Amino acid sequence: MSPRRSHVPPFWLLFGAGGLLSALLGVALVLVTGFAVPLGWGLAAPDGLSHAQLVLALQPLWVRLAAWAVISLFAWHAAHRIFYSLHDVGIPKSLWARLACYGSALAATAVAGRILWSLGA
Amino acid sequence: MSRAPGSFQRGVQSDGATAEDGTGLVREKRARPYQRSMAGWWRRDPFFARYMLREATALAVMAYVVLLIAGLDHLAQGAAAWQQWLGFLRSGWSLVLHGVLLLAMLFHAYSWFEIMPKTLPNLYVGQHRVPAGAIQAGGWAAVALVSMLVWVGFRWSVS
Repeated sequence: MSPRRSHVPPFWLLFGAGGLLSALLGVALVLVTGFAVPLGWGLAAPDGLSHAQLVLALQPLWVRLAAWAVISLFAWHAAHRIFYSLHDVGIPKSLWARLACYGSALAATAVAGRILWSLGA
Repeated sequence: MSRAPGSFQRGVQSDGATAEDGTGLVREKRARPYQRSMAGWWRRDPFFARYMLREATALAVMAYVVLLIAGLDHLAQGAAAWQQWLGFLRSGWSLVLHGVLLLAMLFHAYSWFEIMPKTLPNLYVGQHRVPAGAIQAGGWAAVALVSMLVWVGFRWSVS
């Protein structure tokens, strides 16, 4: 009989991919979306990035797929790390904790995908 | 005596007068040993505190995901909703929040590349093992490169 396979590796891979991606991109993305976009840094308009400009920038499918991958992998990374940290603050692992953590990541993936898809012309 | 749920339990004898341990031997009753509370364990050592701070960056990453999705949701609802979102982003609350997220992302990157030499397989150049410091420096170089690419890409895509 073959040994029972663990369900951990796929979640760990998503954690690792999201962790590397957020280490590489996190600082720059927060600077862009939290400061440059609303304050007009690096933009012609000082009153922030316009709706039309951003919708236009999101038209190519690869841009929306990249945005979807970034948001989803960030979410899976955070969910996995939060789940394994619950023990450290005295919350035992449970099915409910698992559902809450990984369910949040799944919800983020679904909602981001639906919105980004709808932004295509 | 109270113990935090899920806290570590040392090998404790049962409270019974004798305990049969499965080997057929009967052990004498021992007093229940002192157990230090696990409450606030991570404050006892700077190493533990750094570990908890590292793990807490996940909360910042998740909060950032929520902000990105909220922004996209406003964008999809039209120009008026997007202006409302920009107004929120310009508020003091948002700027402080993004400042905290920025620090958390910096610490996440720092801790991620600090551990990286231990999570990667051993790397060799010729006969020599690549030192941990070089891997960490490579990580920061990659952050600098990717950050410049993000900035150039942002400028290019909205021009």
